[in-house]
Amino acid sequence: MKNGDDMIEIKNVSKWYGDFKVLDDCSAVVSKGEVVVVCGPSGSGKSTLMKTVNGLEPVQQGEIRVADTVVTDRKTRLTALRSRVGMVFQHFELFPHLNVLDNLVLAQTKVLKRPLAEARERAMLLLRRVDMEAFSEKFPGNLSGGQQQRVAVARSLAMDPMVMLFDEPTSALDPEMVGEVLEVMMQLAREGMTMIVVTHEMGFARKVSNRVIFMDRGRIVEDCPKDDFFERRDERSERARDFLDKILQH
Amino acid sequence: MNYSWDWLIFLQPSITGEGAYGYLLLRGLLWTLAISSLSWVLAVAIAAAVGIARTLDFVVLRFLAATYVNIFRNIPLLVQLFLWYFVVPELLPTAWGTAIKRMDPLLNQYFTVVVGLTLYTAAKASEHIRSGIESVSAGQKQAGRSLGLTTAQSYRYVILPQAMRIVIPPMTSDFLNVFKNSSVALTIGLLELAGATYQLSEFSAQPFEFFAAATLIYMMITYTVILLMRAVERCTRIAGSLGAAS
Amino acid sequence: MNYAFEWGTILRAWPYLMQGLQTTLLLLVVGVVLGIALGTVLAICRMFGPRPLAALTTGYVNLFRSIPLILTIFWFYIMMPGVMRVLTGDPNLTVGPIYAALAALVLAEAAYFCEIVRAGIGSVRSGQMQACLSLGLTRWQALTNVILPQAFRNMTPSLLNQTIALLKDTSLVYVISMNDFLGAAVRIGQRDGRVVEVFIFVAVVYFVVCSAGTWLAGWLQKRLNPGKA
Ligand SMILES: Nc1ncnc2c1ncn2[C@@H]1O[C@H](COP(=O)(O)OP(=O)(O)OP(=O)(O)O)[C@@H](O)[C@H]1O
Ligand SMILES: [Mg+2]
Repeated sequence: MKNGDDMIEIKNVSKWYGDFKVLDDCSAVVSKGEVVVVCGPSGSGKSTLMKTVNGLEPVQQGEIRVADTVVTDRKTRLTALRSRVGMVFQHFELFPHLNVLDNLVLAQTKVLKRPLAEARERAMLLLRRVDMEAFSEKFPGNLSGGQQQRVAVARSLAMDPMVMLFDEPTSALDPEMVGEVLEVMMQLAREGMTMIVVTHEMGFARKVSNRVIFMDRGRIVEDCPKDDFFERRDERSERARDFLDKILQH
Repeated sequence: MNYSWDWLIFLQPSITGEGAYGYLLLRGLLWTLAISSLSWVLAVAIAAAVGIARTLDFVVLRFLAATYVNIFRNIPLLVQLFLWYFVVPELLPTAWGTAIKRMDPLLNQYFTVVVGLTLYTAAKASEHIRSGIESVSAGQKQAGRSLGLTTAQSYRYVILPQAMRIVIPPMTSDFLNVFKNSSVALTIGLLELAGATYQLSEFSAQPFEFFAAATLIYMMITYTVILLMRAVERCTRIAGSLGAAS
Repeated sequence: MNYAFEWGTILRAWPYLMQGLQTTLLLLVVGVVLGIALGTVLAICRMFGPRPLAALTTGYVNLFRSIPLILTIFWFYIMMPGVMRVLTGDPNLTVGPIYAALAALVLAEAAYFCEIVRAGIGSVRSGQMQACLSLGLTRWQALTNVILPQAFRNMTPSLLNQTIALLKDTSLVYVISMNDFLGAAVRIGQRDGRVVEVFIFVAVVYFVVCSAGTWLAGWLQKRLNPGKA
């Protein structure tokens, strides 16, 4: 079912850690320009699913494709793929020994082999986009969480990714900083970036996403348009309703 | 106790006729420095390779590295030195063994000590490098890989620069250990500082002056190294991180 | 390689080697017991003592940690007879090297144990002391009843590792011609012209004992911090 519009295809993927089944026959398709929110209780395998998409975690069964690259094929050169799949982590994971600018420059010069001047120019452009250009010489340790996360988004964007993966990008942030990061993500979505976002920010899901995937115990339990997910509660599974109730209470 | 101190003993010619006592002590110090600096440089190189090997996903390499570390860490240095000096030449092909025995004895002793001390120190130091690498969070490693860096690139640009900072303090004490451990050289006849001290104190019958001088020299060098390494640590400190503050 | 091994030599050397092993064990046990005791006292003086005492212990620890153990052993070897003669008032007293070796090992290792105990006490969260004080305990009570028990638990692996280091260090008494395990081996090996076999045997024995200790320390470490892999 290879359709020109599909960006990511996850087909019957299962993964074990020893005896423990983290992903249980997961399948999903993300089209070009689509924003998909993934939610579910802690330990349900959301992070693991994201990491399989850029090949950070191998899978034992099933197939994953990003654009024309079969991630699960052993012959695939994963470094090339990963440079085109941006990933933003819960704890930012900026490189603490490099300043903001060098965080953005490193992979551009080492992986994409861009000339230094061009890499810096591109970096500054993206820092401006996330409103961090004034901090280019600062070290990550001196920035607030929200600022660090915006830099982390810019760092991924500097690689000109086809797809962006966000793994709980706001859950380590103080509440007043959540907005600035979500703002950057919304802008990206408006520009047509294909995104998978693990988040419990249901406001973001309502406003920006096209679809919501709900995971529980390694399975994809729900995969439906966001309006269905939020409005037609009675059609949802019991687990999803419980989860929504708990989350929306706050 | 009526010991008569004589601090001018260092200026007097030794009974062996090789020069002033002070000069002979200094010669011992030079041997100590020659042994410890070469052993240290070699040990760091080996430790880096072994420490990194133990963190790679390559089982054979990991096993070999771990075996090396376990063997060399768990046998006393002095026993290792005797193995290198007395046993290994016997077990090598006869021609090699004789070649070693025909070497200039001083060079033979020097290189034997360097080999023994290097391999002993590298085994310990590689553990520090390994735990430095392991202390870099999994998230950092994933962030590097998710940007498309190869394994070698993530070690070079992401993991090692961060590990280095953590590794400096234990590596400082490794260096000080090499420096102190170089005194085992005296057991195979190479009179470095401690050996020279003992010998000269017997020759001169003024032991306390020599022992006091040697103690001061060891302490001074130790402090110099500690101060130097503190400066290095300050330079490599990462902005905004509390970890390196103390 | 055309060395003709003759392992029977070990059997012939056996009684002599065992005597050496006894000396090594004596050095080890006395070194560990007195070393830890003195090290703990030093650590407490250094962390909780009045300033001059703390400075003095710091000086002590730094002194012993910055000079080679071999030099310390020599120091005591040349000093001990004089000191003992003054202490006992007997000008013809002979003092065996074992006393010099024991004194050197205990005093030097105490400096290393002190650093371990200090780290162990430091690893107990400072809230614990505050909690004790707010319950009305004195600092001393807090230390002995709450802080030290936790500290010793945390530092068992380090203490064990230092004990193994001490076992390896005992071999250095060879420099004052003592018949410890290594010293006995050297002598018997030279007498029989069989140093190859004897040294290999000694190395294997040390390796087995030290590996067991290292392994045990690692296992304890894992059990204490199950979080860390
Ligand atoms: N390296 C690993 N080895 C063994 N088990 C693991 C490993 N990584 C994750 N797990 C387990 O796999 C399950 C799924 O983990 P995952 O991180 O994907 O959950 P999650 O949905 O992202 O949860 P959270 O909301 O807490 O981030 C968890 O039960 C976790 O304990
Ligand atoms: Mg997660």
